Amino acid sequence: MSHAPTRGRLLFLLCLINFLRLLSPANAGAQSQPPTSYALTHAKIFTLAGSAIEDGTLIIHEGKIAAVGVGLDIPADAQVIDATGLQVYPGFFDSITQMGLREIGAVSATVDSTETGSYNPDVVAATAVSASSEHIPVTRAAGITEVLAVPGSGGFDSAGAGGVIGGQASAIHLAGWTIDEMLIKKSAAMVLNWPEIETRTFDFATFSRKEKPYSEAKLEYDKQVNEITDWLERARHYAQALEKGSVAKYDRDLKLEALTPVIRGELPLLVFADRSREIRAAVEFCDKQRLRMVLAGGSEAYKVKDLLRSKGVPVILRPVLTLPLDEDDPYDRLLSQPAELAAAGVKFAFASFDNSFARRLGQNAANAVAYGLPYEEALKAVTLYPAHIFGLDEQIGTLEQGKLANVIVTNGDPLELTTDVKYLFIRGQLTSLDNRHLHLYEKYAKRPKSAK
Amino acid sequence: MNSSSVFLMNARRIQFLYLLPLLNFLYLLPAPAATPPDTPAVTVIRNATILTVSHGTIEHGSILIKDGKIAEVGASVNAPKDAQVIDAAGLFVIPGIIDCHSHIAAESINEGSVSVSSMVNMAEILNPEDIDIYRDLAGGVTAANILHGSANAIGGQTLVIKLRWGQPATKLPFEGALPGIKFALGENPKRSNFSIPGQPKRYPATRMGVEETIRGAFSEARDYKKAWDDYNKRFAAGEKNLIPPRRDLRLEPLVEVLEGKRYVHSHCYREDEILMLLRVAKEFGFKVRTFQHVLEGYKIADELAAAGVGASTFSDWWAYKVEAYDAIPHNAALMTRRGVVVSINSDDAEEATHLNQEAAKSMKFGGLSHDEALKMVTLNPAMQLGIDKRVGTIDVGKDADLAIYNRDPLSAYAMVQKTLIDGRVYFDRQRDQAERSEREKEKKALVDKFKKAAEKKPEEKKPEEKKPDATAPSGQKPAESKSEQKKSEEKKPQEKPKPPQSSASDSAAADQRGGAL
Repeated sequence: MSHAPTRGRLLFLLCLINFLRLLSPANAGAQSQPPTSYALTHAKIFTLAGSAIEDGTLIIHEGKIAAVGVGLDIPADAQVIDATGLQVYPGFFDSITQMGLREIGAVSATVDSTETGSYNPDVVAATAVSASSEHIPVTRAAGITEVLAVPGSGGFDSAGAGGVIGGQASAIHLAGWTIDEMLIKKSAAMVLNWPEIETRTFDFATFSRKEKPYSEAKLEYDKQVNEITDWLERARHYAQALEKGSVAKYDRDLKLEALTPVIRGELPLLVFADRSREIRAAVEFCDKQRLRMVLAGGSEAYKVKDLLRSKGVPVILRPVLTLPLDEDDPYDRLLSQPAELAAAGVKFAFASFDNSFARRLGQNAANAVAYGLPYEEALKAVTLYPAHIFGLDEQIGTLEQGKLANVIVTNGDPLELTTDVKYLFIRGQLTSLDNRHLHLYEKYAKRPKSAK
Repeated sequence: MNSSSVFLMNARRIQFLYLLPLLNFLYLLPAPAATPPDTPAVTVIRNATILTVSHGTIEHGSILIKDGKIAEVGASVNAPKDAQVIDAAGLFVIPGIIDCHSHIAAESINEGSVSVSSMVNMAEILNPEDIDIYRDLAGGVTAANILHGSANAIGGQTLVIKLRWGQPATKLPFEGALPGIKFALGENPKRSNFSIPGQPKRYPATRMGVEETIRGAFSEARDYKKAWDDYNKRFAAGEKNLIPPRRDLRLEPLVEVLEGKRYVHSHCYREDEILMLLRVAKEFGFKVRTFQHVLEGYKIADELAAAGVGASTFSDWWAYKVEAYDAIPHNAALMTRRGVVVSINSDDAEEATHLNQEAAKSMKFGGLSHDEALKMVTLNPAMQLGIDKRVGTIDVGKDADLAIYNRDPLSAYAMVQKTLIDGRVYFDRQRDQAERSEREKEKKALVDKFKKAAEKKPEEKKPEEKKPDATAPSGQKPAESKSEQKKSEEKKPQEKPKPPQSSASDSAAADQRGGAL
């Protein structure tokens, strides 16, 4: 996909960038002096930390949830929002996206999601997240208040497959003028694309199928696993050297340094794998290496659910609105998997694995409910569980006193297709639901009747 | 080379050409594995909430089906005693979903080597065993517009099928539905986002060239039509010793377009290219039947309405390429409000499994009514495909193509229970679930058998032949490494995140060549 950098293209891109600037809606905190206190009154509040509160009050103060309950005293300086007939939930957390890293899939100049090369533990998503991406307000309007921006996870229309170690994922609020204002946790996980034993591949250089015998594919796979082992081993030695203070300035190795929190079990390893064979291998590997593993993808997690439960490996599930991997799988294989995992005691979260489909997060959760997942589990799988999986549940995930006020107010079930988000708070700030799509809609809805 | 060897070569080629239709014929034989479900002569669906689309909702209603057609609909029907009964208490019945843009049941999608590929026909490469037929059926889809890809300004011929899973390819086409032809405008035909290694840059490479490619082809088609019209006229007048014009398979379908015997379904994104095609259509005197994708249709809704063309769009896809950056989820509603007949399509086997949900989004984005939203995937696509006299609503005399849900189908919690085509139950969730353990057993037995066979001859190691790749252009460097290959695979211009496939199929390659989107 080589683009000749013609003058026309450059001019076009410049125009595009200017256009984007013009259209870019005001971000959070557009008010010059935003209130710091809010009171949501007469709402049905789903705290997800206990049963729902009827006719409840939620008080937000200086970015946090100050109180939640029935008939609370409302602080004098609080802006009161009468939420009669409305429902209050924690904002949704989409725990795998390329938010801010990819604007237009087919335009490589707007894509920063994946670095070249196979081992990039030192690259950090937050570095490249564009705070003014049009995807952010569009996603926010769907009730998503925070995401994990994940680099090097391959996936589609990124610049590459992401190699083996893809970089560090960053947890961000979907509001803020700069990345610094958006950050929840700069380094929330290290991306590892678990190798596959690939006997059949398609070679796009020659547009032909390539087949190789299993033995050859297995050798390549083993080689890659050995490489991963080697990287971790070197990181372990490096960490020891660091502890002993024997790393001189000129010895500093940024890649190994980035891996030290991983080998210490402080930073979760976000391992992308879908087939049960690879999942099993990855779980056993991480167990042996004493790493904190979070599985990403997990299309065949159901086949290894006992292993996942016994090793306490949580899963960020690929959208359930995905066709089964194999022709002979039941048609609803991915739709019914969440119910099966929940019954087996495997912890999981839903995620979009995307940007422009991030707003389908609730739809995916609802579809899992249709195929047997208890409703409350579905709600938690887009709020509390992802927060817990990435160690952020002391800050977000439920509506409890002291947590960050990432809150949505809706006119109905937030997983349902036709529900609207009426108010949205990020870090206690009433945040605009305006976005590029709404602008274009309003603009063209007003177009005078064509003369023709 | 002497003349006799040339003759021999030709003879061999001719023999091969003779074989081709035979092979096609063999291919069309019924798939042995799948058998069509039994069709009772009379079926009655009772106690259902019936969303007729044409005349409101009937609570606790019944539908009587005779010989594949809807015989009666209402609060009560006169069902014979021996009728097969489907008790739909608590269930919702809608007309079967019609997907106006699909690529299922096809062996390949794009003939991407030329800019005008009107000679190729999707009807000739139908694959009745494509599992996506069944998966979409399980999503309530009963008919689909099987389109060629968007690699060329003028693409291949298209057809409407019914999702009669288990039937041979000959039984898939929607009887009497007018055939179509795919056109494509914008980034895909001008090859903005991909190139094929070893192939030179193809004309057109701009939206200007796309217009000229279409104008050029229709200019030829017009002359070709005239040549035939003249010939036919003189022939009818009794003139002797006439030589007919040479038959041109590329121009024939375009003549059919000029004569209104073939629908134009044009892939498009930007408003300027849409207006361009409307101008070209006016110049040559043909009609565009539908604009597909038409993501900027909302900008020129009045022009679309005035031209009387249908618009078939996505619910909420955007930003996968520049021409999709102004896409908004309000597109369907805004065009509807300005008088355009709008459908929501899938362009994707997975998306097709929940078109009911995608239609529901037009209530949230743009405030369409429940009825209007439901029409997006039933009556409106039927009108766009010219099959609304047969399907699209629940009315007496229409085909009994129905989808039965466990709750309001415009909800994300709704699940298809049964799908009927021509009165036959082609999908039944209960039956599907009941058969799963049997299938598992069957699969296990096959795998065990295979394993045993493999154990018998353990050291049979074939020398791995390193065949020179015939398709690789000379001087083309083969891919360096596995990761390189993987990398380029990820460049597939697909919008939806997909799990990694165990192997890249030919059709994936075909998509890459042209991009189905």
